[in-house]
Amino acid sequence: MTPHRPDREVAIVAFAQSDHRRRTDDLSEVEMVMPVLHDVLRQTGLRTSDIGFTCSGSSDYLAGRAFSFTMALDGVGAWPPISESHVETDGAWALYEAWVKLLTGEADTALVYSYGKSSPGSVRDVLTRQLDPYYLAPLWPDSVALAALQAQALVDAGATDEPALAAIAARSREDATANPHAQLPGARPQGEYVVQPLRTGDCPPIGDGAAAVILAAGDRARELCARPAWIRGMDHRIEAHSLGVRDLTDSPSTRLAAERAGAFEAPVDTAELHAPFTSQEVVLRRALDLDESVRVNPSGGALAANPVMAAGLIRLGEAAARIHRGDSDRALAHATSGPCLQQNLVAVLEGDSDA
Amino acid sequence: MTPTPASPSETLRAPLVVEFPFTRSLGPVQSAFLTGLRERTVLGVRTETGAVLVPPVEYDPATAAELRDLVEVGATGTVTTWAWNPEPRPGQPLPTPFAWVLVRLDGADTALLHALDAPGPEAVRTGMRVRIRWAAERSGAITDIACFEPYDSDPVAEPGAHDGRFTDPVTGIVAAARLDYTYSPGRAQTRYLHALTERRTVGERCPSCTKVYVPPRGACPTCGIATTDQVEVGPRGTVTTYCIVNIKAKNLDIEVPYVYAHIALDGAGLALHGRIGGIPYDQVRMGLRVEPVWSEDGRYPDHYRPTGEPDADYDTYKELL
Ligand SMILES: [Zn+2]
Repeated sequence: MTPHRPDREVAIVAFAQSDHRRRTDDLSEVEMVMPVLHDVLRQTGLRTSDIGFTCSGSSDYLAGRAFSFTMALDGVGAWPPISESHVETDGAWALYEAWVKLLTGEADTALVYSYGKSSPGSVRDVLTRQLDPYYLAPLWPDSVALAALQAQALVDAGATDEPALAAIAARSREDATANPHAQLPGARPQGEYVVQPLRTGDCPPIGDGAAAVILAAGDRARELCARPAWIRGMDHRIEAHSLGVRDLTDSPSTRLAAERAGAFEAPVDTAELHAPFTSQEVVLRRALDLDESVRVNPSGGALAANPVMAAGLIRLGEAAARIHRGDSDRALAHATSGPCLQQNLVAVLEGDSDA
Repeated sequence: MTPTPASPSETLRAPLVVEFPFTRSLGPVQSAFLTGLRERTVLGVRTETGAVLVPPVEYDPATAAELRDLVEVGATGTVTTWAWNPEPRPGQPLPTPFAWVLVRLDGADTALLHALDAPGPEAVRTGMRVRIRWAAERSGAITDIACFEPYDSDPVAEPGAHDGRFTDPVTGIVAAARLDYTYSPGRAQTRYLHALTERRTVGERCPSCTKVYVPPRGACPTCGIATTDQVEVGPRGTVTTYCIVNIKAKNLDIEVPYVYAHIALDGAGLALHGRIGGIPYDQVRMGLRVEPVWSEDGRYPDHYRPTGEPDADYDTYKELL
């Protein structure tokens, strides 16, 4: 299949995220979001009125309130009226929408942000409400249980074992020591089974957080950023929604999205994978054909900080930030949504060569 | 009206319960499947390539072709993967530790998610044989399967014929859900609510455009920056616009008609809303000067009543309409 080649150059030119914390009772959503919005604007020197398109991602089920995103919008400065949109999922998909908007030429810059406060509710129970309401939701299978079914399928298939999963957890949290925003930096015990075969250490922390990026097209991107992270391709795909129909050890939707994004055309040096559970990194590495030469989740990944609805956007932001800093020349970023890697988005980011 | 620096105060928290009994209708395939469960019969649907999907869906997940060819599969099956759940959560099928399982029922090509009642994880393995334990009371829902239980038997490969017809078919389900939250309103709204307990109304001023927001939410939506200075406003204010309510609301002990108004408290940069009392409904007008009336143990003003002052000049509140 031929990857899609965007005919307009669009780049991530700035990225900011909050310090992710277990609880943020002292902050409303807008109070949590505003500092990261100000951060990306400051990095680029843009003002709200300069932004061509704004798109956000969040979930009413996390907030426990209808239209909760309208409150956070106060942090953007939405008067005089702005061109704005919202996705009820991870902000990675908001970034996708903004990217499309820029590709159409209708805007030259976009502000993308997302946030999630898991602390007010029980995120394991909240996430059951995204399941099929006829056959699954009445049984309240929580997010860890579903991930554990996938993990056991991988163990049965000989694709991993508990020590290998523990090694993923350890590597991620060790890497997170270099990430000042991480919620769980450094070694921690694997702990007891939450749902066997997944132990505490195999599961992401529950926490609150927010992230924002700025996208810009063409020369505007070069003006705003010394080394823009050009989005060479981006695609998202979905699995059949019934878990019993799927081969849980594989992620054909990730592979197809990666193909369409052009990920396999040249090697990547970095991969930021949105794998909230250790076992999901195993699935994604297989689907994406990543070998040991690729630096996977140098930020610590979702095992070190998993603000639901922002963790996927953060993968894109972290990959872009490595390109901004010159630590990466070609990076893959992945975001997921839904149980057992149901929906997957893959983007390929590149920096200009110094030559 | 003296600004005081906004200081952090103890964050408020309160329980917030969201409950919803969604009523959902069933299509022909889901109706047959769930009615079948009520009758202890498990139906699947056959795809164009001959695969049998259980639980059944109305459209082929691979080709999107419409699927209506129902067949009957066994109540026994094989575990295709599992996960031991040591601490069941509210709403889950069993109150005691159990295994989540995907079970491929005999005659089916796909697996159904449910719970397996087993003494411990050492008693569970992929490939083990199980059977359905039916719920004593069945209504046509996935929970008509109480759970699975270990059961040694030989697999049966072929699904049986079934026309999917039952007397008194189930055509809908009620998908009840309850989620419990602990709501915290954040710094700005906490300060506002604390002040209300002292019968004071505080807004917050935007340092850029100087507008005073009441109630404050922590940000100026025009400038997109934090509102930093706390400002006491009111208690008196001006009716900027109003409506006459003629329909009695459920659980609301107020005689109709009554007046609901936008009230610009003195010093506020926008109007909040409240009920007007102490004056016949047809004498309320724009510009009417009002003040809050607190009930004995009220945590916010019960309503606003006329102060007796002359009406405010239109020019003093026209920007706040
Ligand atoms: Zn302002």
